[in-house]
Amino acid sequence: MGLAGLLTPVTIWLGLFFLIPLLLILAYSFGTSNVYGGITLGFNPGNYLRVFDPLYLEIIGRTFVIAAINTLICLALGYPLAYFIVFKGRRWRNVLILLVMVPFWTSLLIRAYAWVVILSGNGIANKALQFFGVTDEPLDLIFTTQAVMMGMVYSYLPFMVLPLYAALEKFDTRLKEAAQDLGASRWHTFWRVTFPLSMPGVIAGSILVFIPSAGEFVIPDLLGGSRTVMTGNLIQNQFLQARDWAFGSALSVMLAVLLLGAIMFYIRRVGTDKLEGM
Amino acid sequence: MAAKGGPVYKGVGKIPDRVLFLFAGLIYAFLYAPILVLMFFSFNSSRSTQVWTGFSTQWYGELLRDDSVLAAFKNSMIVGVSATAIATVIGTFTALALSRHRFRGKTFADTAVYAATVMPEIVVGVSLLVFFVAIQFPLGITTIVIAHVAFTISFVTIVVRARLSGMDGSMEEAAQDLGASPVQTFLRVTLPLILPGVMAGALLAFTLSFDDFVITFFISGVGSSTLPLKIYSMIKFGVSPVINALSTVVLVATMVLIFGGSRIFLREGKGGEQAN
Repeated sequence: MGLAGLLTPVTIWLGLFFLIPLLLILAYSFGTSNVYGGITLGFNPGNYLRVFDPLYLEIIGRTFVIAAINTLICLALGYPLAYFIVFKGRRWRNVLILLVMVPFWTSLLIRAYAWVVILSGNGIANKALQFFGVTDEPLDLIFTTQAVMMGMVYSYLPFMVLPLYAALEKFDTRLKEAAQDLGASRWHTFWRVTFPLSMPGVIAGSILVFIPSAGEFVIPDLLGGSRTVMTGNLIQNQFLQARDWAFGSALSVMLAVLLLGAIMFYIRRVGTDKLEGM
Repeated sequence: MAAKGGPVYKGVGKIPDRVLFLFAGLIYAFLYAPILVLMFFSFNSSRSTQVWTGFSTQWYGELLRDDSVLAAFKNSMIVGVSATAIATVIGTFTALALSRHRFRGKTFADTAVYAATVMPEIVVGVSLLVFFVAIQFPLGITTIVIAHVAFTISFVTIVVRARLSGMDGSMEEAAQDLGASPVQTFLRVTLPLILPGVMAGALLAFTLSFDDFVITFFISGVGSSTLPLKIYSMIKFGVSPVINALSTVVLVATMVLIFGGSRIFLREGKGGEQAN
């Protein structure tokens, strides 16, 4: 089959239904929304200037803080787990990694719902707290930043573990032995040999967690309250309730640019050479 | 932790190992406890999803009688199967082009494929909404299929490409030397060789499509609710064990699929790393 034949379908599909829509919101982001929900195209930087309103800046700042904390927590929890599965899992290794895959493949919505039930007024979390005497009255656990964080870590942990597993699985254990033969302690061996060699997994996992959590709107929608609005909720609101498509487009363009910029910066910082094994 | 810098004593690693084991156990409990609680209350006899009052399967009965759930399931299947079929063909073609050919603009093509996987879903969703409204294309099943194909092509491409990267073109060359036409070569040699990758890509595309909420949320029309949209509105409308029953069915189906398809996953996982 010729090259042109192979590439035509993808060019048409992604061109029409991915690239053009993106260019369209870029154009809309400089337009002006009119009262009937329509848009007048032009060059109006006003939508981007509105982003600097402290109200919106706070939401955007919160989005990136939550996504960054989520990435760090997932890395801190996911790395030891991936390490355990690869090096201590023995004959259970395949089963253990499949058990991480099940939540990975399960609808995020259902997993967020599980936490809605657990954290709500007389849910299990409150029952447990009352049982252990932490509190007498049910606490407001749901609709808080902590609830959003909990849902985020729960949802995205498997996204971190799988690439870490893939990276560690390739690791040649003879390198560890060599380091230890040369007198390095286990701790030293880990930080000087194992961890640096698993860097492609760390990068892939961090990107896989950071991007969707910064664009998240289901988890803050179900588990968060008015004080945990994230950029995703704001965009959804502009398109479906406020019907200010120009401002919504500007927010979307900004989110995409900031996220792609963050990835580039991150990859530069940790070094592109590390990406080679990916 | 192990003594820093000093000589290695056998047994130093024993304590961290035990800590690691305990830690892994806690993480698995964290991953599974909420799901198990959810499943448990699907068998509750009262309307509560929090207070256990006795065993009953009434919510499963109610689920089966709920026509809107069945309609949503049907829509999800139609969308999932059509989007997977189209995306698998296009994605496989793209993978073949990217790994078997050198051409100008290849870097751009590569970047475009990967960009489609890292673009936040909400941005893809709203941009498609704006696009379909602009060209006055009515929102419904068709727009959902179009969108799902657009966001799953790249994943199929990546998975199939990983499979291709482990093969050189010598088999195809041999087939052509022996007089096979390009189409024959593809159907009789290339396709059987990459089939596990294609299957894994198709399975990934189907799951992504079947589970997608965010993109679908923006571009579904009246009467074209998929299962995730239905679940979302049920959660928003009022929590009841019917959602737990539905979730349990979805979860069990997912587990059966994963453990059943685990051979493909574990085999492809090895090749998949290269493509990440």
